[in-house]
Amino acid sequence: MREHTEFTYGEDANRQKPEIDAPIEDWNTYIYERDNVAGYHMEYWHHAFGCRAWIKVKRDTQTHAILWVGLPQENPEIAL
Amino acid sequence: MGKYNALSIFWHALCRHKYWQRVWRDPQPKLGYDAIIVGGGGHGLATAYYLAKNHGITNVAVLEKGYIGGGNAGRNTTIVRSNYLLSDNARFYEHGMNLWRTMSQDLNFNVMFSPRGVLNIAHTNAQYDVFARRANAMCLNGINAELLSREEVLDREPIIDGSATTRFPVWGGILQPLAGNARHDAVVWAYARGADQLGVDIIQNCLVTDFIHHGERIVGVKTTRGDIYAHKIGLAVAGNTSCLTSKLGVRLPIESHVLQAFVTEPYKPLINGVVTFGAGHFYVSQSDKGGVVFGGDIDGYNTYAQRGNLPVFEDVIGGGLALMPCLSRLKLLRNWGGVMDMSMDGSPIIDIGPVDGIYLNTGWCYGGFKATPASGWCFAYTIANDQAHKLNQAYTLNRFASGYTIDEKGAGPYPKVH
Repeated sequence: MREHTEFTYGEDANRQKPEIDAPIEDWNTYIYERDNVAGYHMEYWHHAFGCRAWIKVKRDTQTHAILWVGLPQENPEIAL
Repeated sequence: MGKYNALSIFWHALCRHKYWQRVWRDPQPKLGYDAIIVGGGGHGLATAYYLAKNHGITNVAVLEKGYIGGGNAGRNTTIVRSNYLLSDNARFYEHGMNLWRTMSQDLNFNVMFSPRGVLNIAHTNAQYDVFARRANAMCLNGINAELLSREEVLDREPIIDGSATTRFPVWGGILQPLAGNARHDAVVWAYARGADQLGVDIIQNCLVTDFIHHGERIVGVKTTRGDIYAHKIGLAVAGNTSCLTSKLGVRLPIESHVLQAFVTEPYKPLINGVVTFGAGHFYVSQSDKGGVVFGGDIDGYNTYAQRGNLPVFEDVIGGGLALMPCLSRLKLLRNWGGVMDMSMDGSPIIDIGPVDGIYLNTGWCYGGFKATPASGWCFAYTIANDQAHKLNQAYTLNRFASGYTIDEKGAGPYPKVH
């Protein structure tokens, strides 16, 4: 169990970076638009004041409940 | 309903206050309206009021999922200002200031607008230069701004730490003397009463759950109180905008974040105007009741919970104590959180679309309260005329795609830095 103050929020983990030569619309979507879900949200956090690792967190944006934590390359084995 | 004046108070007092009427009706929703405004906050109610008053569209329903004054209208720090650098923002918010000045008379309701001055404090020479640039830009847009020296700042607000040992000494400040505060609850109640008197139906406890399509067009909403039809549907739901537009299959340049604010027990007069700390993020004023009202940063992660966490709480209060050490002796009465519609450039969106029949009002970040009258005024114009007024023509949804973002701080495309 680590303190909240050790972490800073990164971003939505479901965003897919377009290819460098992708159309401008794809880049607009990537840079500006968000799902902004009310409910389960997969996101990156940075352990900035700790081991400096990035982690992936599944969190309920309506209750702040954390449902799953893993490394960035991991995904939950079962749908939560 | 009767007009409010000194004579009516006297008469009601003589009658032992037995004959006061409710301030707005509680109607059943009709099947159809000329226009529906989703969201009974300040912006939605102001929109309905100006639709009726300025454009003669009185067959309007305002649908509120909770009760009037229970959302962000009751969760802000009541600051009213127009001290913006960029012309698009400055003109819009200054139009709002003109509406604030006459609001109590216009609505026959005392909104306690108090132009006690908004003072931003600079702590370095470089910061003072940036403030001077903003003050000059404001003057060019016809907004009064004054640069204050260190002595003038300390003279104006004596409780600021002016000692030689303070961590962030005061260098100077920028003052908008005609800005200040207004009573947040009174503003929504006044707009609700004003709209209701002009024939607008204010429907509370009415959650919009989906939209009714007719071909490509949206022609109504499904609600917890039945289906309601209208050809024009305005969305003014702040932090919940993405939830509604997701039902239209539209993603927005918006993230919802929680902003906390705080109020102490009432104390004798301590702070004269609105003061902001330049070395951290902290803004403070004192309510007419005496409570010291303050706030700071958003929590920093997207959320729909109307409450925040303790680290930001500590950060805000740390900023306050660096500026005004005597605040450490005050007792905190309450703190609360509101869900902010943080846009990707820090500026709002008042636009037609993104789907036929829908009008969008969102992206207020944490400056929505001061915008209440100007937002409603411009949104009503846009809905009534199917085109933007020149005051909100820059606040388009497609400005992100076209590159015309209105980024007051030059902070880049991040929702949490504005």
